Amino acid sequence: MTIADPDVSVEQALAAQTSAASNAKKALSSPWASLAAVVIAVLWTLPTAGLLISSFRSEDDVKTSGWWTGLTGPFTTENYRAVLKGTDVDLATYFINTIVITIPSVLIPISLAVLAAYAFAWIKFPGRDLLFVAVFALQIVPIQVTMIPLLKLYVQPPFNLAPLAGGDAPGGGFYTIWLSHSIFALPLAIYLLHNFMSQIPGELIESARVDGAGHVQIFSRIMLPLMAPAIAAFGIFQFLWVWNDLLVALVFGGGSLDVSPLTVRLAELSGTRGQDWHLLSAGAFVSLVVPLIVFLALQRYFVRGLLAGSVKG
Amino acid sequence: MSAGEKFVQLVICVAVFFGVVALILLVTSRLRSRSGERIQFAAFVLPAVLLIAVGLLYPAISTIITSFKDNTQTEFVGLDNYHTVFTDSQQLKVLRNTALWVALVPTLSTFIGLVYAVLVDRARMEKFAKALVFLPMAISLVGASIIWKFVYAYKDNENDQIGLANQVLKSLGFDTYNFLLNEPWNNLFLIVIMIWVQAGFAMTLLSASIKAIPEDIVEAARLDGVSGLKMFRYITVPSIRPSLIVVLTTISITTLKAFDIVRTATGGNFDTSVLAYEFYVQSFRSNNAGLGAALAVLIFVLVLPIVVYNVRQLRKLGA
Amino acid sequence: MRTRNTRRVAALAAAVLGAGLALASCADDDDGGGASGTWPGADKTECKDLEQLADFGDLSGKEVGVYTSIVAPEDQAQKDSYKLFTTCTGAKVKYEGSKEFEAQLPVRVQAGNPPDIAFVPQPGLLKTLVATGKVVEAPSQVSDNVDEFFGEDWRAYGSVDDKLYAAPLGANVKSFVWYSPSMFADNGWEVPETWDDMLALSDTIAASGIKPWCAGIESGEATGWPATDWLEDVLLRTAGPDVYDDWVSHDVPFNDPQIAEALDQVGGILKNDKYVNGGIGDVKSIATTAFQEGGLPILDGKCAMHRQAGFYAANWPEGTNVAEDGDVFAFYLPTVSEDFGRPVLGGGEFVTAFSDDTVVQALQTYLSTDVWANEKAKNTPGGGWVSANKGLQVENLVSPIDQLSGQILQDPDAVFRFDGSDQMPGEVGANSFWKEMTAWITGQSTADTLDHIESSWP
Repeated sequence: MTIADPDVSVEQALAAQTSAASNAKKALSSPWASLAAVVIAVLWTLPTAGLLISSFRSEDDVKTSGWWTGLTGPFTTENYRAVLKGTDVDLATYFINTIVITIPSVLIPISLAVLAAYAFAWIKFPGRDLLFVAVFALQIVPIQVTMIPLLKLYVQPPFNLAPLAGGDAPGGGFYTIWLSHSIFALPLAIYLLHNFMSQIPGELIESARVDGAGHVQIFSRIMLPLMAPAIAAFGIFQFLWVWNDLLVALVFGGGSLDVSPLTVRLAELSGTRGQDWHLLSAGAFVSLVVPLIVFLALQRYFVRGLLAGSVKG
Repeated sequence: MSAGEKFVQLVICVAVFFGVVALILLVTSRLRSRSGERIQFAAFVLPAVLLIAVGLLYPAISTIITSFKDNTQTEFVGLDNYHTVFTDSQQLKVLRNTALWVALVPTLSTFIGLVYAVLVDRARMEKFAKALVFLPMAISLVGASIIWKFVYAYKDNENDQIGLANQVLKSLGFDTYNFLLNEPWNNLFLIVIMIWVQAGFAMTLLSASIKAIPEDIVEAARLDGVSGLKMFRYITVPSIRPSLIVVLTTISITTLKAFDIVRTATGGNFDTSVLAYEFYVQSFRSNNAGLGAALAVLIFVLVLPIVVYNVRQLRKLGA
Repeated sequence: MRTRNTRRVAALAAAVLGAGLALASCADDDDGGGASGTWPGADKTECKDLEQLADFGDLSGKEVGVYTSIVAPEDQAQKDSYKLFTTCTGAKVKYEGSKEFEAQLPVRVQAGNPPDIAFVPQPGLLKTLVATGKVVEAPSQVSDNVDEFFGEDWRAYGSVDDKLYAAPLGANVKSFVWYSPSMFADNGWEVPETWDDMLALSDTIAASGIKPWCAGIESGEATGWPATDWLEDVLLRTAGPDVYDDWVSHDVPFNDPQIAEALDQVGGILKNDKYVNGGIGDVKSIATTAFQEGGLPILDGKCAMHRQAGFYAANWPEGTNVAEDGDVFAFYLPTVSEDFGRPVLGGGEFVTAFSDDTVVQALQTYLSTDVWANEKAKNTPGGGWVSANKGLQVENLVSPIDQLSGQILQDPDAVFRFDGSDQMPGEVGANSFWKEMTAWITGQSTADTLDHIESSWP
């Protein structure tokens, strides 16, 4: 809920953010509330903790006894060794591919979405809301139904354009992965960012208009700085989805090992017939490290992050 | 390709992209008139809309067409596929399960995420506490399902347990329980996995929005003598209502589409299948593209109420 | 960048070339007149048994892509076995393994982006792929090799409408019962020779206080497949190979009394709570136990027998001695009657090509030779691979269980039948059959189970 109150300065509003929550918290603070927080935290962590311990246990132990019996050891790093050195392709290659895939797949959709979200929120156009609803509703399309039609387009594009996928794909097949990730991210990105955009008070835009600023100026000088936290926050979610993606890379990468991300390696860790499932725990943690670092690093944006748009100017 | 070449590709791609965006901004920045505004709108929106049209709308339309064709995609069969969907005896259970997922996952993950966000707000080690609940988000749905399969693993009472949940039951003196087998409760245990993942998403977004509640509202309320649960109920929740809607909507759509958990944990057996999984099975295992497409279209239709609700909110905002 | 036109020209050229080659090979001694350049293997001793490859000329600098469901660590032996091909032809093999193979391959084919060669593990999927018109018929060299090294039955599994599309590659034997030789010896139990002996033994073991059988059919989305193998194996023994073939082709309906009889026979073990589920739980626990873990209670002495394919060898934890005098080994699932010889249930992969480039045909040819089969055996130091190729020398196989599988596959008295669910249409073989067998384990009646599957047949 946005309450337009032009008398409140940005400073005041920023200061106000800090204590509103603490009041809400006081509202719930009782021994029971603290207990509830601890219970949630424990429930949410326990399965992962079990996985962490399993990842340091031997195959025999993992397959025959529960992880809690192994709290005191013996521990082994054998599983991690198997994950890091299990094939003739270096794990570093997969890591590099994942990074190369992830960076544009995060930057491109966010940039396009932020532009579109601004237009949907602040530029008047006939049929604007209808178009917005259409974009937002297309979130429901599962990636699985796009596979064949989209891949067909990439392999045999109309108008004799050069094919983007297949054996002769430019960039070794990265372009189709980037493009596909961008497309699939757009509806949600536009929907979320539009929500923040539209909560920024209209007075801010109006006064800038009165001062003679055009949309491009307003967008780049006022909106982008205000939206920085929101952008960073959506960025981490998009980062996570791309980092954990297997399907898009498999389908649209066109089957070139050159572009296979880490998830391709993780998926085959358990072996052709799933016999090596004890390696999955170690694999999960290898893959988890980078997203966790990114999350912790970007968390300061989260604090005043998404929806900080209700700050008034 | 060497690592160096890959990074060169990366830089080229990003540079070209931002070059184009900068060009759009530069060209349209000079426009001021009313018609200029329309051009600006088009310039801002078209790149995204075109990509969505090609990558999502076109496949969606071709899915709708496919849903009227037979399984080899050669002949139109009218409503036959839809007829199959609604007359199959198993299908009622699938619809019931889907309803259960869509009712429970968004509400419970949002509720837990909200409560947790409020509870740890400004607590010591807040960042660490949030990272704990966020962690499942960073694990893929398949990974999460595998983790929980370990938690639910069943052996009867006489044997050593591998699953944590049954170890707890056994320690407390109860009989061990086959969590994934017994209908309808097994559905709830699968839903727990999705909630476990999605609560982190809700917590993160809602925590940020709680911090953005203007202090003056809270002050005013306090002066009026509002405190405790009432503050939560009458101030906190209404203040973050737009974000609550966004979070609920996003999780609902994610839940409607999600089949990885069912696929990994039970393979749809023991009456745990959901629409999205049936769609997957028909399209990619049974080679029944027509029926699969009909199921996908059913999922499209189910999202309509959510869309309508959001349109109403949009109208309210515009008014 | 190749355009579609040049590709078409290349295809035409290859076709003309292929025809020329066929004539050339009839003319004998003329080593590949139409092919470009002499083949690099011409004067290498290791290539002397691969003269067929001379037909394809010098393939240096060419590359052929292989797409399979065989992933690390099992893929290394595959890759190593192609080295000889590279030595003899100059062409490189680009290998890609994926666990999503079965779902992804049809997508790639339909979207017009197929791999050069795919190792298809199910004749049913092969049939579906051939129906798309994208699969290329096997070249004459492959056809000759299949005639020479594989039986009629294997040729049929790789054929659609009597045309050979795909030569068999690897194989596996499913008619095995895993047991612990030391446990049997300690208790004075003997490996049973007949079905009745096996049931008698089960009773003896059950009387001694442990449940004789253990099983697990959970396998994610494929949950139920080990139960379908049970039914197939027993059907081969109670009704015989001919009824089995008619059942697979749906000339005998799925709910025929003969099938019901076989399923009840399976139920006599799998749904008998005196017999199962050793070391795990009750009958229903079979449905939620991962197939990888189904046999592990044998190691703790909590279960005595586990029916599963030879490839289950890889599931025993590292350090387990898999041998006739070791910790675990397998015996042939006994016959019910003597009327039908020694039926053997198994599976395998088929080399399916989507291109008729020379280099693709060269690799297809190489993979269908006895030379490759032996090369693969020697390159699989950890064991876990076998082929139905009659040119394969069993002593080249490393592990005892592989050798046993190899002997069974080459045994002239054995009546081999391919896994039935792999040959049925996807609606049944990869869906209702699995699902209904799982429901059967958790309590559904035999009649209902078979009726449901019958009604799902397209």
